[in-house]
Amino acid sequence: MLRIFGKIQRIGIITEPVPRLDEPALSEIGEQLAAHIGELFGGSLAIREVDAGSCNGCELEIHALDNPYYGIERFGVHFVASPRHADMLLVTGPVSRHMEAALRRTYDATPEPRLVIAVGECGANGGEFGTSYASCGAVSNVIPVDAVIRGCPPTPLDLMRGILEAIGRKT
Amino acid sequence: MTPTESFAPFLQRLAAADLICEQQAARGLAPAQLVAVQAEDWGRLGNEASVWGCRWVACWGEDVADAIRISACFEHAGAYLVARTAVPRATPALPSHTPSYPGADRPERHLRDMLGVVFTDHPDARRWTRHQAWKDSEYPLRRDFPAAGRPPAQTPADHQYNFLPAHGSGVYEIPVGPVHAGVIEPGHFRFQAVGETVLNLEERLGYVHKGIEKIAEGRDAGGLARLAGRVSGDSTVAHAWAACMAMEKAARVEVPQRALWLRALMCERERVANHVGDIGAMLNDIAFAFGFIQFARLREQWQRVSREAFGHRFMMDCIVPGGVGVDLDERFISAMRDEADALRKQIGKLMAIVNDLPSVADRVRGAGVLKPEYAKALGCVGYVGRASGMNFDVRRDAPYPPYDRLKVAVPLHHYGDVNARARTRLEEIAASFDLIEALLAGLPAGPIRAGWGAPAPGAEGLGLVEGWRGEIMTFVRFGEDGRIARFFPRDPSWTTWPALELLIHDNIVPDFPVCNKSVNGSYSGHDL
Repeated sequence: MLRIFGKIQRIGIITEPVPRLDEPALSEIGEQLAAHIGELFGGSLAIREVDAGSCNGCELEIHALDNPYYGIERFGVHFVASPRHADMLLVTGPVSRHMEAALRRTYDATPEPRLVIAVGECGANGGEFGTSYASCGAVSNVIPVDAVIRGCPPTPLDLMRGILEAIGRKT
Repeated sequence: MTPTESFAPFLQRLAAADLICEQQAARGLAPAQLVAVQAEDWGRLGNEASVWGCRWVACWGEDVADAIRISACFEHAGAYLVARTAVPRATPALPSHTPSYPGADRPERHLRDMLGVVFTDHPDARRWTRHQAWKDSEYPLRRDFPAAGRPPAQTPADHQYNFLPAHGSGVYEIPVGPVHAGVIEPGHFRFQAVGETVLNLEERLGYVHKGIEKIAEGRDAGGLARLAGRVSGDSTVAHAWAACMAMEKAARVEVPQRALWLRALMCERERVANHVGDIGAMLNDIAFAFGFIQFARLREQWQRVSREAFGHRFMMDCIVPGGVGVDLDERFISAMRDEADALRKQIGKLMAIVNDLPSVADRVRGAGVLKPEYAKALGCVGYVGRASGMNFDVRRDAPYPPYDRLKVAVPLHHYGDVNARARTRLEEIAASFDLIEALLAGLPAGPIRAGWGAPAPGAEGLGLVEGWRGEIMTFVRFGEDGRIARFFPRDPSWTTWPALELLIHDNIVPDFPVCNKSVNGSYSGHDL
């Protein structure tokens, strides 16, 4: 146990300040975020992630949001197990036809006001997979989409920026 | 021993059994040897191969005018054999390999759903890859089936799949998925339990079927490499390599040495990233948050260097037909050596803490045991196989450049529990550090990409790569104008998903997450 505490102390806090990237500057969005989440979602934004046909690349980067470098929970953002607990759906694609009904049902189970973000090139426009006998392509071909985060896959920073921007837009 | 010599006794055995088996030249399939057999002998061939001790690797089909051509791949002592037969397109019936090889069950059902091949003595008549997006009379990989298909306006849920029923007092079912509770790929698990104990688990996959085999058709070589890099995003390097290897063999393109070494460097980096992340995720699944956070930290650092060096955190699209798309700057040679050294030390210190905790040992030891005989029956590859006595690694046993000039240490365990799989993966990380060091030290100078020349129509190639999950086998055939006519990537997950159903027996339901993570099959790589 002492070694665990020792390790924690030696590593210290590695969580990075929100970097200033392109505009709108992330740090400003980060500051606005707490206010927006406060107004809209009672201090916390609950996200239900839905893999609707992804290659799993986007999921790995969404996972990274929880690692200590990005620590997205510090903004009041957390991932939940049920759409019934969610304010936002983060949907990766392309939407396979075999996931179409499950995605619709997940959307229907999410209480309003619900935000939907399509993640990745495939979620945005079908990506390498496009539309076919097996793929519905973009998430917006199946459920209404409020915002899109592009990239193959989008980096954790792209994801953070996209989530913050989507919330900003809703206010 | 050359691969041909290795299979010679088997072919003699077939001849002695009056099983007519014609050896054919197929340079693109090397190191595999190609033999043609009669359709009616297909089942006997499977039986003989099983008795002789071959591992069943994969089967795939091709729609060729009035026939469906079917191939199956076997491995024995590092040598590969591709057996091939054909059935009339109008009556495509064939004996099954499943009675001899339980691992052939789902691949044959996939082939039936996709091409309409009927395996006459297959023990399971249920569909597998097909849900409700196309009709049971339609076969997407037939030439007359358009890639756009004829899908319904809305594809209904697939609620009429007949799961194995369980009866008896106190038996209940837990349906899980396709949308899982975490940030995980979709699939359905049907548990039958009594109290906390799992009586039976049945998987239902196919939810992320994206038509990869079909939409590959007509692509150029570069387009196929990009698609292959998205068969399973966590294995983007290994799948892109296997596809490029198959295409390069078909096109007889000689890949520059430097490119081969850089491919291996990327592939080992991918292995380390996934193993490190998964060790943390396993610790998370037994509620040891400290370990989860620490390993997530290490994985993130590792991925950042991948991005600095190769321009992408997963090194996606870095492997291209004929070589690699990005060269390694000189400064990374010492930087990556130091990085591997530092990570090795960090993992050592963390594991000293983890190994000291009885609560960790209590959860991982004896949980999710995959018996060696089951691993053998299913032909399990990768760390799942190697934790259950399957002593095979393509890099060592059928070495492709640059591994033919490197020493690959292959860990082996026999107990087959979560602990054994975790140990195997930790030892594989250490082996990868040694390989990374050797690759950086020996990195040849020179060009990183050969010119691409479209192969003749009909040219075929086989790619065999040890990805982080295990052996990837990829078949490619070219059509007219250098366009792809057929692409079949066999992800190692095909061999480990059925293993999960077996190793969960008699475990408690709350141990399923850590058992599942210790296997970590790819949904996308399996569903295609």
